[in-house]
Parts: sequence; structure tokens; C-alpha cells
Amino acid sequence: MVHKVNSGHPGGSLGCTEFFVALYYEIMKLHDTFTMDGIGEDIFFLSNGHISPVYYSVLARKGYFPLEELNTFRMLDSRLQGHPTTHEGLPGVRIASGSLGQGMSVAIGAALAKKLNKDEHIVYSLHGDGELQEGQNWEAIMFAGSKKVDNLIATIDRNSQQIDGNTEDVMALGDVGEKFRVFGWDVLELKEGNDLKAIIDTLKDAKKRSGKGKPVCVIMHTVMGNGVDFMMHTHAWHGKAPNDEQLAIALDQNEETLGDY
Amino acid sequence: MKKYTDQGKKDTRSGFGAGMTELGRKNPQVVSLCADLVGSLKLDEFIEENPDRFFQVGIAEANMMGIAAGLTIGGYIPFTGTFANFSTGRVYDQIRQSIAYSGKNVKICASHAGLTLGEDGATHQILEDIGLMKMLPGMTVINTCDFNQTKAATLAIADHEGPVYLRFGRPKVPNFTDPEQEFHIGKAVMLNEGKDVTVIATGHLVWEALQAAEALEQEGISAEVINIHTIKPLDEETILASVRKTGCVVTCEEHNYLGGLGESVARTLTVHHPVPQEFVATRDTFGESGTSDQLMEKYGLDNKAIKEAVLQVLKRKA
Repeated sequence: MVHKVNSGHPGGSLGCTEFFVALYYEIMKLHDTFTMDGIGEDIFFLSNGHISPVYYSVLARKGYFPLEELNTFRMLDSRLQGHPTTHEGLPGVRIASGSLGQGMSVAIGAALAKKLNKDEHIVYSLHGDGELQEGQNWEAIMFAGSKKVDNLIATIDRNSQQIDGNTEDVMALGDVGEKFRVFGWDVLELKEGNDLKAIIDTLKDAKKRSGKGKPVCVIMHTVMGNGVDFMMHTHAWHGKAPNDEQLAIALDQNEETLGDY
Repeated sequence: MKKYTDQGKKDTRSGFGAGMTELGRKNPQVVSLCADLVGSLKLDEFIEENPDRFFQVGIAEANMMGIAAGLTIGGYIPFTGTFANFSTGRVYDQIRQSIAYSGKNVKICASHAGLTLGEDGATHQILEDIGLMKMLPGMTVINTCDFNQTKAATLAIADHEGPVYLRFGRPKVPNFTDPEQEFHIGKAVMLNEGKDVTVIATGHLVWEALQAAEALEQEGISAEVINIHTIKPLDEETILASVRKTGCVVTCEEHNYLGGLGESVARTLTVHHPVPQEFVATRDTFGESGTSDQLMEKYGLDNKAIKEAVLQVLKRKA
């Protein structure tokens, strides 16, 4: 997808692939058909919308829209905009994201709606670690802790990379888990954030901890660009597309692939 | 000319509070959020009667807008409440992405708009909010003129699907519209028919426009007074029918002349029926501390300024 239109964000997408697979295939309880309100099912919000390639890929494979539509990513008249949106009516997406730092507030709102509806399903969300530099997050983190929004499980993609370099050099985040903890959250550290089984186990643990008076945060340590050796451990591939040769190498390194989707 | 009676001065924000109380009783999907200004927004009764449907978010307006967007997912109709400045400029990107672009059914309710909040000064006043909000695709923009109209608008926007910006104010102003009058979003209210000039007013300036029209009548000038409460979508049909009759127009608003009602009217006229227009509005300036009346006089937003603008536009028409 990213290669085809020579734009997009492969690094974070590859780093969160296992998370998306675990969430959509093992963790969330989902209806067969998409409704915006998502009543009676778990729902998910992607706050760091730039990793749309992996989000769209998993939504398509789960049947929210035809797999072939992945071919339209970032192209004119596509429902698969560069950053996810409800504006073009793409099933599976409930909020626009891209301008960073807004997703946690939205997830909290949806979690409050579930409580009002006496719907005991969970709201999941994913946020970049660099994204936590946006102040709105801390308003939201404070709210969720203070108001005991305990049907929310927010995962932080702790890859320690952002556009301009290492997060600790750009604007140090420090001990992210401790920060959530002092704001009243129950925090789980997921050291093996690219290990499918570890992710599933941690998210199951997170689910068990929900409903007990605290929102739950998973600090998921991932490797940006995971699965493609030359994209790993660097911020260089945050928002850059591979060329033909690089794509061939990347696809060679991943046995299960549909090609340039 | 048609006479309007002040039924007793009231603040438009209390009209919002009264509307919320009624909505709380009749629409279980309505929820409200506030950023530490419950008393200022007159939400006490709604909260007392619906504690589970009220969310105090503290002094965190960006988070409030996001939570409001999220609450729509699950079928709720959130009404956010804070001052107009903190409802718009402070949270523009949150409104833009999470509400407007996402097409969420959020009602952004903004008190203390314009200059008339007075003594707090320019940090708390805002004269740019209509422009900010009307620029957003899909956003409905409403500025009400008195208690009764604000209450009616509050009820009406709950039944309207889509994001709405509802703007009202702090000072006690004449309450003169019919309490039984239904509020139709996007439909102008013809307050007085006239033949020499069209005076189009919104918000607190509607009463001032009526006062100006009375004074002009003494001088033999017949002013048609139209209340535009919905700035977007604009009732172009009513405006054009009027100016085709009168041949000139004065627009009146408690807002910067850049980006406000006046510019929306000017665009309509330029495309369909160009006529001379004068703007009663602030002139690309911030406000300052002072009483409401002092500020409206100093910044040229009272009935005297409207009368002067009418005399000016009539000269240009001739």
C-alpha cells in the first residue's frame, strides 16, 4: 500500500501489526456488521492515525470492507484516506484521527456512553508514545483516572521513536507507566510488544483488571519497522515509503504477505 | 412600525439553562458537559435533575470536546458548555477533527460571547468565533438575541442531526420575542417590514436594531428589520427578497466585521444582487475591560451606531 502510492507510514504500522492481529482476532468481541454506535460490542479507537496501513489491513481482513479496496489507499476518491476518517464512510472507523492527541478523549467519551447504556463491553484505544507529548492526552489521562473510567483499556506503542529521532532526545517521556499510575490508572508493562502470545496474554490480563475502578493502560514496548531488518530500530521509516528494491527485500523477509497491498 | 415589548431583562445564558432543563426532562439522550463553569452556563437545574447525564471535565476544554465526540458513539447528544472563547479558539483543532470532520452530533454551546461579558476584558471576550465556526464544513452556526429565542434554539438543536455552534451571552438584555415562537434553524425572522433599508441583525444587536428602526421612523425612514439567528446556513432567500425591495443593507453583529454575519451577507449579495452595505461590527480589534453598555457604545455596536450606518448606506444608495 505504502509503496504503491509512495507515501504513508510503514514504521509504526509494522511495529503494531501483532497488536492489531491480537486485538481484532483474539481479544475484542465484535458484531458481524459495523454500526457507528457499536452497542453490545467492544470498540477500538486509533489515536495515532498515521499508522492507517496496518489498521486498514486488519479491518479489510476482518471483512469490514473488500480486501481489494486496500489498493486505493491514499488515492483520489478513496475511502482509505491517508489518515483514518468517518467522512468517506469506511466501515470500522468511528472517528477521524491524524492530528495527534485526540483519541483518548474520544475513547473516554465512548466509554462513558457505554456506561450510560449499561453496555459492559470494553473500549480499546492505541496511542503513539511520541503522541503523549500532546497536552490533551494529560487532560484525558487525568479525567479517566479521576472519574474511574474503568471500561477503557488504552495501549501505548512505546517504540521510543518519533519523526525527529528518539523520544527521549526530542522530548523525554521518561517512565510513561509511572506517569499513568500516579494519574490513577492500573498499568501493565508489555515488554515483548511484537510477540503475539505475549500481547494476547497481556490484553487478557488487562481485560480482567477492567471494571475495578481504574482505567487500564498497557505500555507496549515495540520495535518500529518490526519484521523488515532495514526498517527496525530507527525513526527513518516513520513516514517514508520503500522503493521497488526495498519493497522486494521487505516482502522476502515476511512469509505471509499478499504482496503490495 | 411593529411594536416589541421588553418582557423584562434577562440574560440569554439563562435561556440556554432553561432550555437544558426542559431537554433534560424530555430527551433522555441529551447529556451535558462543562469545563468548570456550571454557574455561568446556568446548568445547575439540569445537573440536579440528571446527575448521571452530566460530566464535569474541569478546566480542560480540549478533552471536553473529545469526550463529547465520543459520547455520540453510543447514541447520546452532548451539549458542551463554556465561554465562547474557550469553546472555539482554544479548541479549534479538536472541533475540526473530532467533531466536524468526524460528523459528530455535538452541540457546542458558548456563553459570554462578544464584548458584552465586560469587565474581564479581551482574554475572555471573543469577536472571532462566528468566523471560526462558520468556516468548518457541516457546522451550523446560531447566535440568539434574547432569553426566549435562546431557550427555543437550545430545544431545536437537540432535534437537529449534526454539529452546531450556539452562541449567546452574559448581560441581561430585553426579552422581547414571543415565548411561543418556534425556532426554525436556518430561517430568518421578519421583525418589521419596511421599504427604504434592510437592517439585518443577530444576537444582542437585534434589540438595538429595533430601537434604531424606531428612531429612523421618526425621521421618515422605513427600515425593514430582519433577525438572522442562523448565520450558517444563511437564509439567503429572505435576505435577497428584502434587498430587492429596499436596495441597501446594514448588517449588525457583536463580532469582527471580518468573518462574521456581515461577510456572509456580502457574499450572498455580491453573487446574486449587489447593493450598498454598511457593517455594524468591530473593526478588526480586540476588546477591553468595561461595562457592557460602555463597550457597545465605544465599539460602535449600539442603536446609535446602527442609525448612523443606515443614514450612511442611504446616501450611498442615492
